[in-house]
Amino acid sequence: MKATTQRKAFINARLLDPALGMDLQGAILVDGHIIADLGPSLFADGIPDGIEVFDCAGKCLAPGLIDMRVFIGEPGTEHKETLATASEAAAVGGVTTIAMMPETDPVIDNVALVEFVARQARETAQVSILPTAAITKGLGGREMTEMGLLQSAGAVALTDGTHTIADSLVMRRVLSYASNFDILIMHHAAEPSLTKNGCMNEGEVATRLGLSGIPTAAETIIVERDIRLVELTGARYHVSSISTATALDAVRAAKQRGLPVTCGVSPVHFALNETSIGNYRTFAKLSPPLRSEDDRRAVVDALIDGTIDVIASCHMPQDQESKRQPFEQAEDGAVGLETLLPIGLELVHNGHLTLSEFLTKVTTRPAELLGLRRGSLRSGTPADLTIFDPDVPWVIDAGVFRSKSKNTPFENHPVQGRAVMTIVGGNIVHRLDGN
Amino acid sequence: MTPPDSIPFSQRHLLGIEGLSALEITQLLDLADTYVDLNRQVDKKQSVLRGRTQINVFFESSTRTRTSFELAGKRLGADTINMSIEGSSIKKGETLIDTAMTLNAMHPDVLVVRHSESGAVELLSQKVDCAVINAGDGSHEHPTQALLDALTIRRRRKKLTGLRIAICGDILHSRVARSNIHLLAAMGAEIRLIAPPTLLPPHADRLGVTVFTNMKKGLAGCDIIMMLRLQTERMHGSFVPSIREYFRFYGLDREKLALAKDDALVMHPGPMNRGVEIDTEIADDIVRSVIREQVEMGVAVRMACLHALLLPIANQPETDRSAMLLEKIRSGAP
Repeated sequence: MKATTQRKAFINARLLDPALGMDLQGAILVDGHIIADLGPSLFADGIPDGIEVFDCAGKCLAPGLIDMRVFIGEPGTEHKETLATASEAAAVGGVTTIAMMPETDPVIDNVALVEFVARQARETAQVSILPTAAITKGLGGREMTEMGLLQSAGAVALTDGTHTIADSLVMRRVLSYASNFDILIMHHAAEPSLTKNGCMNEGEVATRLGLSGIPTAAETIIVERDIRLVELTGARYHVSSISTATALDAVRAAKQRGLPVTCGVSPVHFALNETSIGNYRTFAKLSPPLRSEDDRRAVVDALIDGTIDVIASCHMPQDQESKRQPFEQAEDGAVGLETLLPIGLELVHNGHLTLSEFLTKVTTRPAELLGLRRGSLRSGTPADLTIFDPDVPWVIDAGVFRSKSKNTPFENHPVQGRAVMTIVGGNIVHRLDGN
Repeated sequence: MTPPDSIPFSQRHLLGIEGLSALEITQLLDLADTYVDLNRQVDKKQSVLRGRTQINVFFESSTRTRTSFELAGKRLGADTINMSIEGSSIKKGETLIDTAMTLNAMHPDVLVVRHSESGAVELLSQKVDCAVINAGDGSHEHPTQALLDALTIRRRRKKLTGLRIAICGDILHSRVARSNIHLLAAMGAEIRLIAPPTLLPPHADRLGVTVFTNMKKGLAGCDIIMMLRLQTERMHGSFVPSIREYFRFYGLDREKLALAKDDALVMHPGPMNRGVEIDTEIADDIVRSVIREQVEMGVAVRMACLHALLLPIANQPETDRSAMLLEKIRSGAP
């Protein structure tokens, strides 16, 4: 990301910023890597010379998307994804900031690795890739990492990725100690002894397929336990990827009690249900698993009533060999950076959320939770912008994904809405052909 | 017995019973019926599948099913070979697909596949050009077992529709139970599942069955009792406290059998755990137990499946012995 001294004007845009409560026609001026000015009457007297002008033709211009849950294979499994390829995928998807999971090989559980990843990302990635660090050493669920030092080194949150801390005493101490640094603890809620042999949602579909199931209680038990521990400790706690009606009820009740509890969801859990597995489609093997239609509807309801704060892609690249397996042996996960925006916009097209409510969950709220001074069009903040056409129809084709891995459950899914230009720190990192 | 001579069997593979119509099931059973008679003759050799290659690929150990398929193929005149691919190193999926590709390159006409994981046979079928018969995949399906069970019942009771059939025991891990549920439901039987709650799959009641956890209540008025083997090899952890307790509450003994209909038939897919799910005396009771008959029907059913998949039934050659046999049966000749 090289800073530029160039000034750019984006005119005829629908400026959308939930943080500012803004939804109006206008223009925005980018000076170098920051937003210099914006508004409906900007350039009313004409555009001064020396400014590169981009006509947005009425399309939406919003703060760049911030994706709180992205798995990248660097270091360790670069054949699945590198920082560079993940950032290309993000740029195409309109995502300008990624919180990268520490589940790499080696695990990002020490200061040196946080610094390595941050430096490597600065050198090779087109978008901002911010490391998170592990809560426990080696994701082992036992020994705490050096939370304070990791935060100082640049870790934006702490998480054990797809691992759940099963030991309640360890979790209590984690939350207690983390409250000292006001750092967000993001937890994958799945009681390990209940998920151990399971590979999809427990229920009629699993029974028909002869696959062992993961009960919804596996998620709910951990969420309810953690909420009790938050009550004891006061730490900021975030359920990384929630999928069940009962866990959402627990989060809703915790919020009503004023606890610092938040949650995120992956588009797969509001767009799909367990029937997507069909005849053992391993691209639909996810963690948490795709749930029942009742749970999916509960997720949509929780997005509407605000119980769910954040939509994150849960981008998890897997190569062919990891997925071309009998269902039980196949790896979990789906890529999501390039489908976050179009699948998320389904919520808007279906009338569940307004455009502003949707954008809140992919810009303002993630920025707040991670403590980032971005995710807004405010003057003086970094010029991370996404220009998108919310209505353009297209069909998802994994063949053209920039991600190294193509494991999407949305292949051939018709969608509406697409990023046409992505700007990171004032630099255009993606421009859709013909725009 | 009216042979199915007008509508060809339209499936490419036989991966499961779920999705087969009552008509397709009846076609297979009718054809199998003709092979039962043939198998009782001194000269059992057919040439229906002469020149065809059948490979039995077993990723999980099996004696009876593999032997049954081997005999079925050989009696139809196919060249039949067996591959046993066991051991953990080979169970990796990439090996599964590699194996499929390798076998496919040898131009087999049919692969008979057993695998310890649900869906593995389906996955393999997507990578080959020939017909695939599922000989059991994980806890998913075992279609030829359900067909042979149905043939056994149909020959004894002349029908399937309306019969009250209890499936008892380790239903959670059982592919036999799943295939039987689909088949018997398609044919209009009344199905009861009897098992301790820990051995019932979640939402079993949504499969069109009535669920009982009390075996004595469940057996009341049953025409058929299908016992299942306690599959300790698929169990992770403890599902029942002890064999002694299991037999007391879920083992088929005289006392419990007396609650079913007086002429109720007892079935078991084998291999049996005597004294675990079934009392030895009942297993060997030649009046009530049709367990050995099931094995006999197994060969006929597998012949029918191989035949139906490899040759459209309607195109059966006129000169073929089975066609002549059909003709003989049709005309009522001795």
